[in-house]
Amino acid sequence: MERAVHDRGAWPTVEPIDRSEHELADWELLTDALVHSLAGEDLMNVDELRRGIESMPPDEYERASYYERWLYSVETILAEKGVLAPGELDARLAS
Amino acid sequence: MTFRVGDRVRVSDRAHEGHHRTPGYLKGRSGRVERVHGGFTNPETRAYAGDGLPERTLYQVLFGRDELWPGAADRTYVDVYEHWLEAV
Repeated sequence: MERAVHDRGAWPTVEPIDRSEHELADWELLTDALVHSLAGEDLMNVDELRRGIESMPPDEYERASYYERWLYSVETILAEKGVLAPGELDARLAS
Repeated sequence: MTFRVGDRVRVSDRAHEGHHRTPGYLKGRSGRVERVHGGFTNPETRAYAGDGLPERTLYQVLFGRDELWPGAADRTYVDVYEHWLEAV
């Protein structure tokens, strides 16, 4: 049975998995806080977070880091629910 | 169908469109119920703005050393929802 890109438990890897601890950047900490705040406001739950990540095109999924996937999902889910208007984020970033 | 601790079960080998919590490497594999966690909302509908009701029973299932990867040194425990389990 074909498995989706996120369903990677037990996939063989070319290189050993890097298990070292690493520092998180500020934007990664903020992304984590954002997702928990959205859950606290009942705007988005963890299952929706997962579903948004799983909706990524496989090549984007492979390129993205852990918290980049979270951001992709937040934008996807909030746009879908109308919390974010179409183009709202791009407009804010451009201003 | 409900299960009890000690029951032999097989993970359903079926495709599912959309979010679900059953990893591909378990599908079609057999194990034994180790623990009944109780009822939890269903992520398959909660992922799409649903309320996740009715709750589904979640089980801890033990997969033996040779069931998933022949020769592996470890046993594997995975939580699996009731509607993904079949009686063996």
